[in-house]
Amino acid sequence: MTTWWLVIAVAVVAFSGVPGLLMSRRSSVGQWVAAVLNVLGCAAGGAALINHYVRPERSTAIRLAWALPFGQFSCAVDDVGLIFLVPIFLISALGAVYGLSYWAQRRHVGNGRKLRLCWGLMTAGMAMVVLARDGVLFLMAWEIMALAAFFLVATEENKGEVREAAWVYLVATHVGTLCLFGFFALLRQATGAFELWPSLPASISPAVAAGLFVLGAVGFGIKAGVMPLHVWLPGAHANAPSHVSAVLSGVLLKTGVYGLVRVTALAPHPPAWWGATLLVAGTASAILGIAFAVGQRDLKRLLAYSSIENVGIIVLGVGLATLGRSLHRPDLVVLGLGGALLHVLNHSLFKPLLFMGAGGILHAAHTREIDLLGGLGKRMPRTFLPFVIGAVAICGLPPLNGFIGELLLYVGLLRAVATSSRAWAAVGLGAPALALVGALAVAGFVKLLGTVFAGAARSERAAHARDPAGSMLLPMWALAACCVLIGLVPVIAIGVLDRAVAGWAPIMGPAAGGIRSFVPVGWLTGMSVALFAAVGAGGLWLAGRRSRSTSRSAGTWDCGYARPTARMQYSGSSFSQMIVELLAWVLWPWRRRPRIEGIFAGPAEFESGVPDVVLDRSLMPAFDSAAWLLGWARVVQRGPIQVYLLYVLSILVLLLLFA
Amino acid sequence: MVSSIITTFVHLVLMLGMPPLLLGVINKTKALFAGRVGPPLLQPYYDLARLMRKGMVFSTTTTWVFRLGPVVTLAAVLLAGLLVPLGPFAAPIRFGGDLILFAYLFGLARFFTTAAALDTGSAFEGMGAAREVTFACFSEPAIFLAFLVLAKLSGSISLTPMLRSPHTVPLMGLPVASLVLVAAGLFVVLLAENCRIPIDDPNTHLELTMIHEVMVLDHSGPLLGIVLYGAAVKLFVLSAVVLHVMLPARTGWAPADWGLFVVEMLGVAVAIGVVESAMARLQMRHVPTLLVAASLLCGLGFLLMLR
Repeated sequence: MTTWWLVIAVAVVAFSGVPGLLMSRRSSVGQWVAAVLNVLGCAAGGAALINHYVRPERSTAIRLAWALPFGQFSCAVDDVGLIFLVPIFLISALGAVYGLSYWAQRRHVGNGRKLRLCWGLMTAGMAMVVLARDGVLFLMAWEIMALAAFFLVATEENKGEVREAAWVYLVATHVGTLCLFGFFALLRQATGAFELWPSLPASISPAVAAGLFVLGAVGFGIKAGVMPLHVWLPGAHANAPSHVSAVLSGVLLKTGVYGLVRVTALAPHPPAWWGATLLVAGTASAILGIAFAVGQRDLKRLLAYSSIENVGIIVLGVGLATLGRSLHRPDLVVLGLGGALLHVLNHSLFKPLLFMGAGGILHAAHTREIDLLGGLGKRMPRTFLPFVIGAVAICGLPPLNGFIGELLLYVGLLRAVATSSRAWAAVGLGAPALALVGALAVAGFVKLLGTVFAGAARSERAAHARDPAGSMLLPMWALAACCVLIGLVPVIAIGVLDRAVAGWAPIMGPAAGGIRSFVPVGWLTGMSVALFAAVGAGGLWLAGRRSRSTSRSAGTWDCGYARPTARMQYSGSSFSQMIVELLAWVLWPWRRRPRIEGIFAGPAEFESGVPDVVLDRSLMPAFDSAAWLLGWARVVQRGPIQVYLLYVLSILVLLLLFA
Repeated sequence: MVSSIITTFVHLVLMLGMPPLLLGVINKTKALFAGRVGPPLLQPYYDLARLMRKGMVFSTTTTWVFRLGPVVTLAAVLLAGLLVPLGPFAAPIRFGGDLILFAYLFGLARFFTTAAALDTGSAFEGMGAAREVTFACFSEPAIFLAFLVLAKLSGSISLTPMLRSPHTVPLMGLPVASLVLVAAGLFVVLLAENCRIPIDDPNTHLELTMIHEVMVLDHSGPLLGIVLYGAAVKLFVLSAVVLHVMLPARTGWAPADWGLFVVEMLGVAVAIGVVESAMARLQMRHVPTLLVAASLLCGLGFLLMLR
């Protein structure tokens, strides 16, 4: 019953962009129809999920035969899928509302209808990926999702930069799909059916199991954006419309994580190297992702690299849980997977919030260049507050939701040290690594906030920025409220997580006793409330002092300069310069230094940046040299028909000689 | 029950009242080394009282982040102080995983201190903020490496049993080498986090070379008082953490132990004063090397535990 309800909701969402196609390009009716259908479908989906949570016995699987070769239309919803479906419906609906003014039909006559059609299709594709219980159906949904996302990234296809980013995405996603074809073929070979998600038989050869893990990890890792498979991610996120970036980062990446969670659950007792590999890959991805983020000058590229960091943290948690399965440690399973899934949920709240904020800034100031912004905190106060909440949350700082997710992972890592044998205590080194990630995240987001919102405007456009329309602010405020809520009362998420963990590792479930037996949730709520109360009391006292005593305004004290200008402020690039130089051995920054000559030197320009090492420094040069090498093969392709006849003749002669 | 209420009460009194005294002791020590009389021991208290009575000046570029920054910082540092056991006594608030909250409260404080600094739009405060967040990238992993050693030693992940483990574990079972390395590493982190020589000079008047002081150039009056008091509390809390790893003496009789704790804390302050008098400030580009060395000391301590 519940499953049917979900499938119908998904169908409504998939259909949401179609009526708009039948209407005039100039009318705004189509976008309202699309938004209403999208929100209705997502609300119905959300209601179905609540129904599943309350009465799981009513969510029976659907199985329908179909005429295509292989497989059947087979769908089901379970507790692991629930965690991934919640953000899909929530962010799709909020994004559709946001799009009403961000990508209004009357201002984007050419591509608005296409965007809304693909929006519905991508949402439906993502939901079907989670619901599918048949390998062929899964791949179909996966491709619909990937192609719809391609068209969404390419919305502004008239710009060269956008086209390039979209092509890189298309190539990367199909390399991933190729791996998944291999994965599902091998899975069918091993289990004899396309049914998902099976438990591998104990008799399976280690080589096949290893092949399944590697193919699955690479295929899903590309979608999730794990370093060094992240090449498509920064460009696509930066160049897509902001609400599309919000869904890409908040939700689409998580389908890759969903795949990883399923792949690691295939073997009841996976070999220890599965978990160890994911743990190392996740840690490396988190550190490198945030290190690249700190060096970025583009607002949305910075957020995109931070997504790589967050996916790294999630993969670290999945790796810890997989290791817990191998070592028969229920506490590692509960804390690792619980932390990873909570971070999935959290990241799908604060990252769309930040991308939507970035969209508002882009709308108002027409630039993504951080160093051209400034002073927006005063110009856009209603964007500023949710953005600060999102930034604090994404750094994993208390008292917001990001902290709770990272706390679970830390407790898992530290328990591995406190109670393990010597060899596995090394897993605990993940804790200082996470601390490094946390410190770098603070650096990155303070840079973002400090350059974009603080100080004085660095450009004319930024000086006249204004808060966006209500339909763009509402989704941000809603997401910020969710971040505060989970931070204050994490217990509302714990029940869902416990059930998902029990579903992922049925053997461990009841014995482990759930997250609450390892993490004192009540104390966390108490401390969060105390922190809010202390800050509130301090703020009130300060406000009282300010009104009573002599307080006045003056220019910033800039150490004696009477008239400091906006151009004398510290720029974002200068702020991150120390970190970028310390990490130059991995970031490979470039810089263009001017030559300053003479006593009265003329104006000079300095420019620096941090490119993507994998894409710009390795893959692109490799592809370019391959293209150059293959260019030599063109020698044989000369054009005149006589030459080709000569080729045919000489081949025939050769064949005659050798026959 | 009664004893735990008394412990909590004394904890609060010491945590709220003693921090400025540490600053006074440091300054007195430095004055003695320099052959001066120096300011009175209680001078930091007088300074705070004077600042609290003054008016405030706000830069026209600042927003609510500037005004809330010091408040959030002080609240975070005080809450962190409630998680740390002082001397042999248990912390008022303790639960499994509180060490993560402890470290992240300092992260929250750093976030708002640096954001408030950037809010003024001053290039100097930007420099200070950039240095603060950069050096934190070294000191935070070092703190967690030290915690790993203590977690392994105590088999626990709560600060009270972890920090007390160096004197609850029998002397024969103590990994002395690890603890010495961790103590050295944590002392460097203590100096760095509190912006003392050789990382930063709290008395310098050259804005280009400062870290913490330059970030608070624009704060005035009670707001500056909150900033200075918060910095003192941070010094107190981190000194209390470092003290545990240095194997302090214990008597088992509560009043004497509290007295010993106060004397030992003043001893840490004297040690900081001696370091400040005996050393010059490092060049800014050499600071990361020192902090990496601190992380490596703590990391080596952990590796020795795994031996």
